[in-house]
Amino acid sequence: MDVSQYLEIFIDESNEHLQSLNEQLLVLEKEPENKDTINEIFRAAHSLKGMAGTMGYKRMQNLTHNMENVFAEIRNDKMKVTANLVDVLFQCLDALESYVANIQSSQDEGTYDNEPVIKELDNFLNSGNSKTAPTVKATSVAVETAASRENGYNSIVLADFEKHAVNEALRRDMNVYKIQVTVDPNCILKAARAFLVFKNLEGHGEIIKSEPTVQDIEDEQFDLSFNIVIVSKESFDGITKIIKNVSEIGDASGEAITTPFPAEEIDAEEDNQNNSNQNNSNETKPAAVNQKAPVVNNKSQAKTVGRSVRVDIEKLDVLMNLVSELIIAKNGLVSASNSEDDQNTTNQGFNEQIEYLERVTTNLHESVMKVRMMPIESVVNKFPRMIRDLSKKLDKKMELYMTGEDTELDRTVIDEIGDPLMHLLRNSADHGLESGEVRQERGKDEVGSIFLDAFQDGNNVVIEVRDDGNGIDIERVKNKALEKGVITEEQASMMPDKEIIDLLFRPSFSTTEKISDVSGRGVGLDVVKSKIEALGGDVEVKSKYGEGSTFTIRLPLTLAIIQALMVKLGDEKYAIALGSIQTIEDIPVSEIKHVHSKEVIHLRGNVIPLVRLSKVIELPGIQEEPENITVVIVNKGDKQAGLVVDSLIGQLEIVIKSLGKYININRMISGATILGDGSVALIIDVNTLV
Amino acid sequence: MDELKLNSVEESTSLQYIVVNIGNEQYGINIKYIDNIVRIQRITRVPKTQPYYKGVINLRGEIIPVMSIRIKLGLEDDEFTDKSRIIIVKVDNASIGIIVDQVKEVVTLDEDNIENIAADVNDEFSGYINAIGKSKGELITLLDVIGIIVEKEN
Repeated sequence: MDVSQYLEIFIDESNEHLQSLNEQLLVLEKEPENKDTINEIFRAAHSLKGMAGTMGYKRMQNLTHNMENVFAEIRNDKMKVTANLVDVLFQCLDALESYVANIQSSQDEGTYDNEPVIKELDNFLNSGNSKTAPTVKATSVAVETAASRENGYNSIVLADFEKHAVNEALRRDMNVYKIQVTVDPNCILKAARAFLVFKNLEGHGEIIKSEPTVQDIEDEQFDLSFNIVIVSKESFDGITKIIKNVSEIGDASGEAITTPFPAEEIDAEEDNQNNSNQNNSNETKPAAVNQKAPVVNNKSQAKTVGRSVRVDIEKLDVLMNLVSELIIAKNGLVSASNSEDDQNTTNQGFNEQIEYLERVTTNLHESVMKVRMMPIESVVNKFPRMIRDLSKKLDKKMELYMTGEDTELDRTVIDEIGDPLMHLLRNSADHGLESGEVRQERGKDEVGSIFLDAFQDGNNVVIEVRDDGNGIDIERVKNKALEKGVITEEQASMMPDKEIIDLLFRPSFSTTEKISDVSGRGVGLDVVKSKIEALGGDVEVKSKYGEGSTFTIRLPLTLAIIQALMVKLGDEKYAIALGSIQTIEDIPVSEIKHVHSKEVIHLRGNVIPLVRLSKVIELPGIQEEPENITVVIVNKGDKQAGLVVDSLIGQLEIVIKSLGKYININRMISGATILGDGSVALIIDVNTLV
Repeated sequence: MDELKLNSVEESTSLQYIVVNIGNEQYGINIKYIDNIVRIQRITRVPKTQPYYKGVINLRGEIIPVMSIRIKLGLEDDEFTDKSRIIIVKVDNASIGIIVDQVKEVVTLDEDNIENIAADVNDEFSGYINAIGKSKGELITLLDVIGIIVEKEN
């Protein structure tokens, strides 16, 4: 069987199973007796094993097999879950992850057998229950079947329509056979073998009935044997030979149905069985249609992780509808232009159609964006495990609380945001949280808390990493900066606290005295900052010494198309993203106040600093001061600023384009766009100005 | 020296250059970099960028930065005339426009007519020039396109 086409699915699903194993193990660690969790783990491990085997990754299969043995023992109450065991199991997961990573990069699982871990698993098995250890495999086979159905081929019960089919086939001089197929007891991939049986028979006849259903068989919901009824022109021997040709199929036995079923018998039951027949036929027919290997069978319930974007059918339907509306709008325009009425009505028709078209394109854009969006969950769900490991490694008690995992971000952002978040969490765990003793001294709960909150704020997505630990020691940062010569004594005395905290984002700046395994090598915050800025976002810190710190990451929701306010500065046009604009005010020059020689305005109880955009963009020429200035009030989080512009043009949906890699652009320009007249307008990123 | 040159040239021994006027001199730009030559159009100024970037233009939906080679070479600022052109060069899939006073012709230069010049460390412009070409008794300064558009790391 050529499996390369399933590689992508295999990687996706392996990652999903590993993630689920990680999550469930964390639960199990806290609730060692939780039966549901154990079952869930067992299922995931079993699927992993099956998939790895199908794909021919023997080492991976071997390791999961050993894990499965342990889980089977736990499930059968022959072994207890201990902290040590959980540790070893986590190591196994790491090993499996590295296999999957290898496969992803080179299609090969690598050559490392992970023997030490397997040995430890064996030790657990042997110490747990020495008697049953060797026979674990048999037990596991026994438990994984849904129900034993070794009734033989004679017990096949045919529904009415199937009997009809049999009669019909006999009338046409076709042969009908009942066959019981038995799979070799040592077969690991029963479902795959059964699938091959179905596939090989496809060309030789029609399977009108299988017991259990095809779906169940593909899900491995059967014991060592299953029954089929097949209509074929070939001889009985021919059919059984085809079946037996599939490797690891033990036996195929059965007989031919030669006598038609009596008609009355069928009719009598027909009425009351109508409904169930419908169901049955649905389940049986896919035998021919469903050519996918068992690897894909649980795709529908799978969570979205992986390289490709899995798109909700509903989202595609919406897209489809919008496209058909576009066509209607186009037709409307055509007919409006053909209309022979007088000028006025034609114009009106045009305008109506253009409005319609506009609505459709806006919705279309929104829907396409939604297709690209993924919940942040796929990134953050690996963090609980990471915090657990850190907790052990650092010997600090800590707990991670996450909210807003369903916040959606663009796919490209999702791919990049994992590392920066991990850095920040590690930072909180290592630098942020104090040791247990210090916490108790300070009257805090011994267990430190780290919070990861994600939420949408206008056109931005905000992710906050917060801890209730030590907070940033301003003095220490200052001293460190002096020591490293980053700032001078004079600068240090002048600097506000916020700027000192910002020093942390400078390259190679770490305040931890001892370099730990976890963090403190001086790479970290500067990497976080540059990565997030590369994504068009920014990062901020708030900290209170002794109480904790908050890192706030702000990311743009959309990357390609935004709604913007077009403004004019001198002769130049600029775009400002609508999402960050709060209000637009017309303010008499006389109302401008000066605080610390900076211009501010007083607006509805808020003091808002003014930013003269024409100065920021170094507009050539001299501007005369009008009596009233137009101020665009923008906000970033809870901070506000008033951007002074010459005049407003209006709202426009703009496509963001890059300016190319050779030109150095200031951070305040986030891109450019092409206006209706073909000219270029630059986009101002207000986040850098507030 | 001549032997070395022979070894390094494998396929053809002649190269095609577009000859342009910048100030009083003639410069040659290797044709393999040239994507397009367009007339001067509205250039949108980009604030706070390198001083030799005039801004950006829209070329069929693509935004292309336009540089003044005059400023880059330390000459006085451009004065756009009917003959001014923007030469769009493409390096590493990224395009850049270079403003020139006039596009004259395409010349084919044999290896024999191209004379490499030694890089002068003291001359800040030497990184922009590859060699000197001789054609019809005139000298053409051959520009190093990559040297011009790729910013030197300071």
